[in-house]
This record gives sequence, structure tokens and C-alpha cells, in this order.
Amino acid sequence: MTRLGRHPAFRTGASVAVATGLYGISFGALGAAAGLGVWQTIALSALMFTGGSQFAFVGVLAGGGGGAAATGAAGLLGVRNAVYGIQMNAMMRPGPALKPLAAHLTIDESAATSMAQTDPHGRRIGFWTAGAGVWILWVAFTVIGAVAGDLMGDPKAWGLDGAAAAAMLGLLWPRLKTGDAWALAAVTALVTTITLPMLPAGIPILVAGAVAGLWGWFGPGGRNGRAPENGHEAGPVDGRPVPREATP
Amino acid sequence: MSLWAWVVLASAVAFGTKLVGYLVPATLLDDPRMLRTANAVTIGLLSALVVMNTAAAGQGLLLDARLGAVVAAAVALALRAPFLVVVITGAVAAAGLRLLGFP
Repeated sequence: MTRLGRHPAFRTGASVAVATGLYGISFGALGAAAGLGVWQTIALSALMFTGGSQFAFVGVLAGGGGGAAATGAAGLLGVRNAVYGIQMNAMMRPGPALKPLAAHLTIDESAATSMAQTDPHGRRIGFWTAGAGVWILWVAFTVIGAVAGDLMGDPKAWGLDGAAAAAMLGLLWPRLKTGDAWALAAVTALVTTITLPMLPAGIPILVAGAVAGLWGWFGPGGRNGRAPENGHEAGPVDGRPVPREATP
Repeated sequence: MSLWAWVVLASAVAFGTKLVGYLVPATLLDDPRMLRTANAVTIGLLSALVVMNTAAAGQGLLLDARLGAVVAAAVALALRAPFLVVVITGAVAAAGLRLLGFP
């Protein structure tokens, strides 16, 4: 334990866990405001455990969409976790028994912490420390946020609908690093604005997702011949860069 | 379907997606198009979610205090505020605008 505690990957993972876990509070409060019960909100954090998808799920519900649209949006946003899974599997080579647990803990933060390490041992320590640490604190602070949000009464009077919109922008912001990303965000925002009055609630977001998929597949995004880094530096559970102080 | 069923189904989808990554060959990532598309879908969905959470009212558009919240959040983000501060800024802006009489 002392040796583990001294490894820089452990310290990075622990600081990421604290920083990320804290705003489980905001997810808990928004889940309650979107009409989910306290236990449903907690279940999302414990079982879905990927912040971007969780915010999307409650965001669609809060916007009047149904469970199917919420599930569709959350599922599409989680696709990047499959990409992380491929990378983590190649780096850590977990045994068959560990794969389901590793998969569940595969999120922006654990992948980023792991990939920031230079040695295979550190990559494992970083992944498991950040993954398990974020899970524990994320669920714990979701409980606090959900219970508090439930007791608050009218969510609009507290500006919680404004907080939800701000949270979405906070998740998007770190990904807008290139002109192409800004253009794509503008186009999909426009598509959503136009289709919102025309299509049933929750569907416009799926249309935007489809447009973005076509943009990525056929578009000029890879002008320099290199794919953009997919959230290695910032992520949707937090939308903030992973702390770098402990990164060699 | 009940909301509980959707919660469980969506969670299962999220877990299945993660697990797929551990079961497919790593050579999939050799195609930069795959990464680019996954990245683009993430940006597109988040951008749509910003609009939806700012202006949607059922099936329709409604401009209210949420617009002020997003503008305030953008300012906070431009000033490099951490995520939690951005979220709180949005809440304070929306609540404040409502106190001032905005819808």
C-alpha cells in the first residue's frame, strides 16, 4: 500500500477522483429536477457510470423527451467509451475475468489518467485508481445531490434548468479546439434549432447525432491526415483537463 | 415502458458499449475515420443538448432565463472556470434573471 500510494499514477488517479466525484452533486440535483426519483438518479451513476451519457439522459427527459430518445442519446454519447475500451485493452491486457469490471470503470477520466502514464505498471495503477475512485465518489456525491435536489422544491426557482444548459456547454467546450469542431457544433446547433419545433421531443438530438456522424465520416476533419484526439485531455464526466502535476 | 426500465436499459447499453471495446481487435483504431466519426458524434450530440436544454419547451422553442444562463456559462468557460463553477454560474444566472421578472 505504501508503495502503491507513492506511485505518481496513484496520486494522479486520486486527485482526478476527488475533482470529478465532487460534481456528482450537480448530476444528482439535475436528475431530481428532471423528474427522476432519487433511486433512479443514483442507479444511473452506479450502473450507467459515464457522465456525458448520464447528463444527456436526464437532459432529454428534462426537455420533454421520452425514455427511448433519452436512451438513444445516452447510448450514442457513450460510443467513445468503446474507443477507450479498445485502447485500455491493448495497454493493460486484463484477463477475461477482469474485463467486465475494467469495462464498467472505463470512462474519460480513467482512460485519460492511464494514457498519461509512461510505464505499463503505472498505466494499470492509474486506470484502476481513477476508475474505482471516481466511481465511489461519483455515486456518493450523486446521493447527496439527488437528496438535496429532491428537497429543494421548484427546480426553476433555483435556476436548475439554467444549470443543466450550462453543464451541457461545459461538456462541449473542451472539445471545441479546432475550427472544424466549432463549425460542426454550429451546424448541429442549427439543425437542432430548426428541427425542435418540427419533430417529437428528443428526436432532434438524434438527428444532430446522425448529421455529426456523416460529418465525421465524410467531412474534411482529417485535413492533416490525423484523427483528432478523442477526449484524451478532457472528458464528459468532468469536461476539464486531467490534472497534469503528477504526470511525468 | 416505465422510467425504471429505461434507466436499466440505457445503463445496459452503456456497459455493453464499453465491453465491446475490450472484445474487438485493436486494429479497428487503425482507421482514423472511426476515431474522427466517434469524436464528431460526441461534439454534435453535446451541441444539440446545449440547444435543447437552452431553448426546448416540449415540441417547440422558448427563449427564457436559460439563455442568460448559457451566456453566463460561456463567459465562465472563456475565463477557464472549472466545470462545477460553470454549472453554478448557470444556476445563479437563471435564478437571478427569474427574480428580476424574466420567464
